[in-house]
Amino acid sequence: MIVLDGSHSGVPHRRSPACRSCREPARGRLPAKVWLLQPGWYPSEVDSHLTLRVDGEEWSLTVDTRTTLLDALRDRLSITSPKKGCDHGQCGSCTVLIDGRRRLSCLTFAVAHDEAEITTAEGLATGESELHPVQQAFLDHDGFQCGYCTPGQICSAVGMLAEAEAGHPSVVTPTGNGSGESGRPAVLDDDEIRERMSGNLCRCGAYVNIVTAIRAVARR
Amino acid sequence: MTRPDTDSALSSESIEPLNIQTVGTSLPRVDGHAKVTGTATYAWEHDLRNPTYVYPLQSAIARGRVLRMDATQAESVDGVIAVLTPYNAARLADTGNAELAVLQSDEIAFRGQLIGAVVAETPETARHAASLVGVEYEQQPHDTELRADRPDLYRPDQVNPVFPTDSEEGDVEAALAAAAVTLDQTYSTPMEHNNPMEPHTCVSVWDNAGTGADGGPRLTQYDSTQGAHAVRKNIARLFELAPERVRVISPHVGGGFGSKGMPHAHNVLSALAARAVAGRPAKLALTRQQLFDLAGHRTPTVQRVRLGADADGRLTALCHEAVEHTSKVKEFAEQTAVASRLMYAAPNRRTTHRLALLDVPVNTWMRAPGECPGMFAAEVAMDELADACGLDPIELRAINEPESDPSTGKPWSHRRLVECLRTGARRFGWDRRAEAGTRREGDWLVGLGVASATYPSWAMPGSAAEIERTADGRYAVRIGAADLGTGTWTALSQIASDALECPFDAVHLEIGDTDLPPASVAGGSSGINSWGSTIVAAARAFRAEHGDNPAAGARTSSKTPENPDMKRYAVHSFGAQFAEVRVNADTGEVRVPRMLGVFAAGRIINPRTARSQFIGGMTMGISMALFEESVLDHGTGHVVNHDFAQYHVAANADVGDIEATWLDEPDPHANPMGAKGIGEIGIVGAPAAVVNAVHNATGIRVRDLPVTPDKLLRA
Repeated sequence: MIVLDGSHSGVPHRRSPACRSCREPARGRLPAKVWLLQPGWYPSEVDSHLTLRVDGEEWSLTVDTRTTLLDALRDRLSITSPKKGCDHGQCGSCTVLIDGRRRLSCLTFAVAHDEAEITTAEGLATGESELHPVQQAFLDHDGFQCGYCTPGQICSAVGMLAEAEAGHPSVVTPTGNGSGESGRPAVLDDDEIRERMSGNLCRCGAYVNIVTAIRAVARR
Repeated sequence: MTRPDTDSALSSESIEPLNIQTVGTSLPRVDGHAKVTGTATYAWEHDLRNPTYVYPLQSAIARGRVLRMDATQAESVDGVIAVLTPYNAARLADTGNAELAVLQSDEIAFRGQLIGAVVAETPETARHAASLVGVEYEQQPHDTELRADRPDLYRPDQVNPVFPTDSEEGDVEAALAAAAVTLDQTYSTPMEHNNPMEPHTCVSVWDNAGTGADGGPRLTQYDSTQGAHAVRKNIARLFELAPERVRVISPHVGGGFGSKGMPHAHNVLSALAARAVAGRPAKLALTRQQLFDLAGHRTPTVQRVRLGADADGRLTALCHEAVEHTSKVKEFAEQTAVASRLMYAAPNRRTTHRLALLDVPVNTWMRAPGECPGMFAAEVAMDELADACGLDPIELRAINEPESDPSTGKPWSHRRLVECLRTGARRFGWDRRAEAGTRREGDWLVGLGVASATYPSWAMPGSAAEIERTADGRYAVRIGAADLGTGTWTALSQIASDALECPFDAVHLEIGDTDLPPASVAGGSSGINSWGSTIVAAARAFRAEHGDNPAAGARTSSKTPENPDMKRYAVHSFGAQFAEVRVNADTGEVRVPRMLGVFAAGRIINPRTARSQFIGGMTMGISMALFEESVLDHGTGHVVNHDFAQYHVAANADVGDIEATWLDEPDPHANPMGAKGIGEIGIVGAPAAVVNAVHNATGIRVRDLPVTPDKLLRA
């Protein structure tokens, strides 16, 4: 994956001062190919250069502007922790944290995230043995079976816990008791966890254990 | 911690039980770390250089012929390598299985059928170019509608997998005419789709096509499959290769629920595409929408159930007649009424299966095919009969408990259904169940429901396991088994540990690869039964041959042993499902705050992963009861709600507290572990328990799934 010559010609690589495209400002570059725009005719391919910081590593890459963030991660950078379950923002398997907030990486283009800080489930673990508390809780409470929705569930849970801590209410947050009001942290009971985690489908049916796992972390 | 089998009266003469140490303990999943970090390698994710990307082309009509395909514009797109069509695709050696005869003719047999593919340098290019391929059809009228009154229903030769199509004992009509209490109702379940979270994926690589030094091509497929060896066997035949020239690799599978049990058309398309890019990998993942056409589904069913009972509720007649559909491409006759052959005692009994042959995609296994939709109808009917007899539904089932298997006369190896029902009743608070339609809390009508569950204990022949002492002093245990979330990695390691009488950490399990000894498909809840028995046999042979301190490199293989007890006994699992529902009196919304399942499924290998499988099945049962329905538009032959926004599967907020427990006792006749398979029984009976609870809450009997609010508000 790492290319050490100066050209880089479209090959994704960790950001390097030796690379000309890395030194140039990412925005405003002319696309590599521009199709003549005529009525009823649209460009099939326009390339764009960008920098992504994923799990603490900086990557420099040129993408077809039609590339979703999910495909850029999986197919261009071989970062396959975010999964493709539906490609339509309906299942949550592709959830990553972008600048700390949970986002569906299949529903956003890579070019819209130049210079963004992206964390995947793989990056939540700080080492071979050090899991994030949410990951450890999923492991302890068997909050998964096939594991395909799991990285998305875990990123979603981490983002959700931060939202609750920051006082974001959900549709089931009761009014008038202070929970999630005026920036006060929302109290996460099981109904709150279920509601806030309902953007992440699990066909194996691990919801009961997912709620148990998140509850264990939320109560710490 | 050795736990001796307490029930010595129920021991087997032909099976030597496994000495239990690690089995039965709640070890965390050995693949758990990889899965919570997302580093477990699924089919798309293997590190392959210089890949190409495949986007399928699908028929826009449900029946007819492709007259012409114009790929000129697609081929002119920068980055397009090839456009496959029925006119230029390689000829397959065997077109006997029409589902797999991909691009072998211009005929269209269902909407969404594969008619080609674009292979390109990037996924974006492939997809864009696919939209530029012009297709001209000759359209013929199609027929996709299942109705029980169709005059052309036919009787298949047998039903899945090997059951007689019909059964007849005694005189059902006379017994019904003479019965003190009778019930005659029709129930229906819709077309449903498995929808595993990982879309079906196949990445193919041809190696030295036709020019290899050893004289021939090799094909590798990185596949999401429940049976690597089954894929190899099928693909090898199609491409006229010796099986050992095809390698299928599938270490982790993102769910399957039956839909990844056999290779589908996309496996063949992937291999054809890879031929067009000699040596480069061809990556194909179906989109969620394409899954609805190409990866199997559960047939819709229309089931007439007639019951006759005497004044005490004792069944005198039981008649279960199922009508289903099958695709003209390939027959799949689901065994919908088969569970009714053995659930309850009734001297007069008839079960039948009739099929409508339609222009629909190929249906196949979906979690507990047969038992799941069949027990929905049968167990709702039993609830209705209990009402008609003025009996508690649990008592009605207890009264009709058969002493031996009514369908074969064989003794049960273990049954314990009534114990499951009574244990569950105690734990669930069944005594709080009120008269139907009488319990209201605010805007919510509250009810409790129960249903029985059953599933046969299948054991498949034909697996083999190899055990080798490795240089690091551990034991490599090799078998081409699959883990689709079922816990195979962990459970088989536990069984191997006990069979070798070595520490758990000394077992190094290898599965999911045809380079390993062959394994049967992970289907019919048969995995642990079949592969576990094989590993136990191999471990015993290894110890007999090499002793307790084998040298590094010592190696022994064994095949799946015969189990004579399976011929002498009726070996099945049973269970009881309890549901509490709350129905909104104004909107008809149904919530399921509580469910409990109590199962008698023999020895539980790993309580932690087993509980997950049970509650997972029950969760899918709630989903089936309340949400799932594939809407087939008969005008176009197309499943119109083909994504997760419109085909609803249960989300987190749809599921309340689900608990599963079991009567922990090995079945000595099942296999050395005493285990009976648990992947499917969790869904059986669950939809009926929910529907019966809805009736208890509202007094409304819904007989057509799913229970959507309109069905409650209309009533």
